[in-house]
Amino acid sequence: MKICVDLEKCQSHGQCAIAAPELFSFDAEGKLRWVKEPPVEQQATAEAAADACPEQAITIGT
Amino acid sequence: MPRVLIVGASLGGLRAAEALRDAGFHGAISSVGAEAHPPYNRPPLSKDVLLGNATSDGVLAELAFPRKARLGEIDWRLGMSVAAVDLAQGEARLADGSRIHFDALIVATGLRPRRLQLTGATADRFVLRTLPDALALRARLVPGARIAIIGGGFIGCEVAASARRRGCATTVIEPLIVPMQRALGQEFGAAMQALHEAAGIRFRTGRQVTGFEVDVSDRLHAVRLDDDSLVEADLAVEAVGSQPNTEWLAGNGFDLDDGILCDHRMAAIGHDRVAAVGDVARFPCLLFDDVPRRVEHWSIPGLTARRAAGHVARQLGVAVPDAPFAPLPTFWSDQLGLRIQCAGLPGLADRVGLLSGSLGPDSMRRDGAVMGYWRKDRQVGVAAIGVAPQRFINFQADLVRALQNCSL
Ligand SMILES: Cc1cc2nc3c(=O)[nH]c(=O)nc-3n(C[C@H](O)[C@H](O)[C@H](O)COP(=O)(O)OP(=O)(O)OC[C@H]3O[C@@H](n4cnc5c(N)ncnc54)[C@H](O)[C@@H]3O)c2cc1C
Ligand code: SF4
Repeated sequence: MKICVDLEKCQSHGQCAIAAPELFSFDAEGKLRWVKEPPVEQQATAEAAADACPEQAITIGT
Repeated sequence: MPRVLIVGASLGGLRAAEALRDAGFHGAISSVGAEAHPPYNRPPLSKDVLLGNATSDGVLAELAFPRKARLGEIDWRLGMSVAAVDLAQGEARLADGSRIHFDALIVATGLRPRRLQLTGATADRFVLRTLPDALALRARLVPGARIAIIGGGFIGCEVAASARRRGCATTVIEPLIVPMQRALGQEFGAAMQALHEAAGIRFRTGRQVTGFEVDVSDRLHAVRLDDDSLVEADLAVEAVGSQPNTEWLAGNGFDLDDGILCDHRMAAIGHDRVAAVGDVARFPCLLFDDVPRRVEHWSIPGLTARRAAGHVARQLGVAVPDAPFAPLPTFWSDQLGLRIQCAGLPGLADRVGLLSGSLGPDSMRRDGAVMGYWRKDRQVGVAAIGVAPQRFINFQADLVRALQNCSL
C-alpha cells in the first residue's frame, strides 16, 4: 500500500496526524512527514486519515 | 436483498454509504440527494472558491470527493429530493412522484441557511451553503462593491475576509457584542474583530437588521439597523444561522425540534431502523454530558457516519463489533491568512483563559494565541489562532485527557 500526500493541497490541518499518529506527524520545522509505504494491516488507519483530511490531500494507492 | 436508503448526498451521506460497505453490508444502497452535483467539500466555498475564479466544473474537479472503489454498486439519485417518508410502509416518495422501498433509513439532509423574514431586494440578497450559492455571490464581489454581511459567525466572517480581499467595502452586522461570540467567547471574538478591522472590515455589533432599503426597481441601496441607522450596500449576505432539513420526516413520530433527535448510537429515538449523521443529527456527545446537541462541524459527518452505519448494519443482521463512541468535535476556519483551530465545545464554558500567547492583532500574527475553556472547572474546549499544527495537536491531546479523566 502507498500513501500519497498532495503537498500543493495540504494546508497543515494536522487531522491526519490525529487520526493516524503512527503514519503521519510533523517534524521540528512543522513539515508533514508520513510513512510512504506502510504494511497493508494499516490500510484502515490510512483510509481514516485520508477521510479526515479537510483538503482531501491524501490518496491511498496500491 | 435488504435496501438502505440514504437521504442527503453530501459529506455525511457519502461517508454513511462508505461506512455501510466497510461494516460488511452487501445489500442495496440508494442515495438520494437534492443537489445536482456529486458530493463535494463545502468549507472551501467561503474561502478559496470566493477568492478564485474557477468555473463550476473547475471547482467541482477540485472539491468533489473521490469515489472509492469499495463503495461498489450504489443507486444514486442526484438532483432529486425526498418529499416524504412513511416508516410504517418502509417507503419514500421522491419529488417526481416515484417511490423507493427501504428496510433502513439514514438521514443525512444537513442544513439550509435561515432567511431573514424581511421583504425586498430579492436580487441583491445572498446566502452561502452550496456551490451555486458561492458562484452567484462571487460574481458580485467586484472591487468597490459595498457588501453588508448580516451575521458575524464563522461563515459571515469568512465571507467578509474574502470579500475584503476582492476589494469590496465590507461591513459585518452582528447582534451580539463581538463576532463569533457564541463559538469562541467574548475575549477571542473581540480579538478577531480587531484583526478584521485592521484589514479594513467595518463592524456594527449589538445591532439587528430591520429592513432593506430599495430603489424603485427593488435594487438594494442600504440596510436599515434597529437604531434606525443605515449601512449603505449594493448587496447583502444573510449568514444568520441555519435550519435543519427535516420537514420530509414529518408524520412518523420523530422528535424534530432542532434536527432529528438520536441516541448515542445515532439511532433516531423511537425508530431503531433509522439513524442520522452530520449537521442534521441532534445527539449526545458523551465526552461532555448526555445533552443531545447538533454540531455543525465538518469532522462530525465522518465520525457519526461510522457509528450510524454500524448500527444500521447490525439492525439488518450484519455482525458488526461494537466500538466505543465519544467523538471530539473539532473545527477550523481560515480568515485573513490565519488558521483558527478549535476542539471540544467552547460554547459550554463558564470560564475562559489564555493558555499561550496574547490576543493583540500583532502578537496573534507573530506568535499565535491559544485559549482554554472551562465549565465548572473542567476543561471543555480549546481554540487557537496562528499556531503550528503540532502545537495544536498537543493542546487537543491535553483536552482529551482532561475530558476523559472526569466522569459525568
Ligand atoms: C460555506 C461553508 C463553510 C464551512 N466551513 C467550515 C469550516 O471551515 N470548518 C468546519 O469544520 N466546517 C465548515 N462548514 C461546515 C461543514 O461543511 C458541514 O458541517 C458539512 O457540510 C455537513 O455535512 P452534512 O452531510 O451533514 O450536511 P450538508 O453538507 O448540509 O448536506 C446535506 C445534503 O442533503 C441534501 N438534502 C436536503 N434535504 C433533502 C431531501 N429532502 N432530499 C434529498 N436531499 C436533501 C442537501 O441538498 C445537501 O446536499 C462549512 C459550511 C459551509 C456551508
Ligand atoms: S490532514 Fe490533510 S491538510 Fe492536514 S496535514 Fe494532513 S494531509 Fe495536510
